[in-house]
Amino acid sequence: MSIRLYDIAHARAGDKGNTSNISVTAYDAAGWTVIHRELTPERVLAHFRHLGAGPVRRYELPQLRALNFVIENALGGGVTRSLAIDPHGKSLSASMLTIELPGHNEV
Amino acid sequence: MARDKIRIGCGAGFADDRIPPGVEIVERGELDYLAMECLAERTIARETLDRAKDPTKGYTPVLLERMEAIMPPALKRGIKIVTNMGAANPMGAANIMRKHAPDWGCPDYSCAVVRGDEVTDIMRAHPELALMEDGAPLESLLPKMASANAYLGADVVAQGFATGADLVITGRVADPALFLGPMLHAFGWSYDDYAKLANGTLVGHLLECSGQLTGGCFADPGKKEVEDLAGLGYPLADVWADGRAEVSKTPGSGGRLDVATCTEQLLYEMHDPTAYITPDCVLDASGVSFQQLAKDRVALHGARGKPRTATYKVVVGYFDGYMGSGEMGFAGVNAVARAKLGIEVVKERLRRRGLTYEEMRIDLIGMNSLHANDAALAPEPYEVRLRIAARTPDRKAAEAVGAEVRSLHMQGPTGAGGGINFGARQILAVKSVLIPREWVKPEIVMEKAA
Repeated sequence: MSIRLYDIAHARAGDKGNTSNISVTAYDAAGWTVIHRELTPERVLAHFRHLGAGPVRRYELPQLRALNFVIENALGGGVTRSLAIDPHGKSLSASMLTIELPGHNEV
Repeated sequence: MARDKIRIGCGAGFADDRIPPGVEIVERGELDYLAMECLAERTIARETLDRAKDPTKGYTPVLLERMEAIMPPALKRGIKIVTNMGAANPMGAANIMRKHAPDWGCPDYSCAVVRGDEVTDIMRAHPELALMEDGAPLESLLPKMASANAYLGADVVAQGFATGADLVITGRVADPALFLGPMLHAFGWSYDDYAKLANGTLVGHLLECSGQLTGGCFADPGKKEVEDLAGLGYPLADVWADGRAEVSKTPGSGGRLDVATCTEQLLYEMHDPTAYITPDCVLDASGVSFQQLAKDRVALHGARGKPRTATYKVVVGYFDGYMGSGEMGFAGVNAVARAKLGIEVVKERLRRRGLTYEEMRIDLIGMNSLHANDAALAPEPYEVRLRIAARTPDRKAAEAVGAEVRSLHMQGPTGAGGGINFGARQILAVKSVLIPREWVKPEIVMEKAA
């Protein structure tokens, strides 16, 4: 059974130059178990690869049940010169939450 | 003057931030200090250009409107203000305010101005500096340079308040430093006291984006509710001399401040949480935790600090050609196919005119414009807008993009409606370099009443 990230976590995206960072915070301990195990940098990179993005680094903040993903080259050349309608990539948090993760009956 | 506790509020988190919540926090927040952050990365390049055309300009354009609303209630309550709305001309900002302040009922106040963040001459003298983004020499940007400013720290803000000023106007200062500055001034913290600097920097980082801490950028109906989002209040922090800190928001305002909103804002625009580099310290936020003390009141724990680096970060603004864009809407049966035909027509017309572009981007708004997902997989919507944007060094070529899109009204597929030509805009891009601290000579200058 797969789990949609939206159902177990919330997210916010920020920008610096051509790099997007997206935090993903689990609503509860069970959700944290799932995202900590399944929301790997590889999976996140696969989700955003079509933007030309990568590499992806993942930082863990277990006390906040949060992961911070730093996704390089995700913003169309950088906020100031990108042709994108959302040059800051603010809406990428919502894209992140569409990721489907494999579940193991935790949720 | 040593104090035990101060309360700092945020009155703005970007240049065009909403003014009423700023007034509200001044009137009801029982603040000691108000900080207003209004200077995005590239904004200062634009203000530098304004100043080149008119030496009295170059401050944040919304300065007078914002100050007319904020200053009278703040001064009446003895609330001290710090803001980076000086942008490329802090003294110009102070001067124009002095001219208008009597009309606002503020005849008497003292204003300190921070200067010295502008380092264009240093950039020209050091073309060998390596750009942080790609390692290329700064030299390549110098012919196109529009501005260069060092991110100063909280020390200059504290020095501004040490003059006894009611108001400290700065140009480029690191965003959290606008909040840490009052703490350094009120408590006399030193640059060896890493734990306190870390707590103060964390407070600044959380508060600097105004409503993003208090329920802005958060609500999702049915999933993440925010009470009275329309009445969103701005955040404030109580900070004690020993470095303890709690965040809250304007009493009686809308919004939401809890562990979830604090967690999202903690990681906003943060990369490695163990090394958030500011001019005042390197904040290690990896162990930060939040404790809900009451409704809309959260205590901050676990910030650690390391010494500040030996360098200042400089953001260089430079011209990078022009961007032109336009949009056109289609709806009803076969809307997407008609939009796609419109795209092909515009591209072909630009090609036959001999116009070329460094990069062109095509979006189908309603299908793939925000996430650049595969439009072929998106469900066909009832209505869709085509959007074409392109970058080029040639202004005329940039102007042609939106013009050709708009002409689809009469010379495109059937039923094309709601066209917009956004015209051409000059692109001001930014890159960064690091320079030794000792190259930068900030100074505090008192603005004198005429």
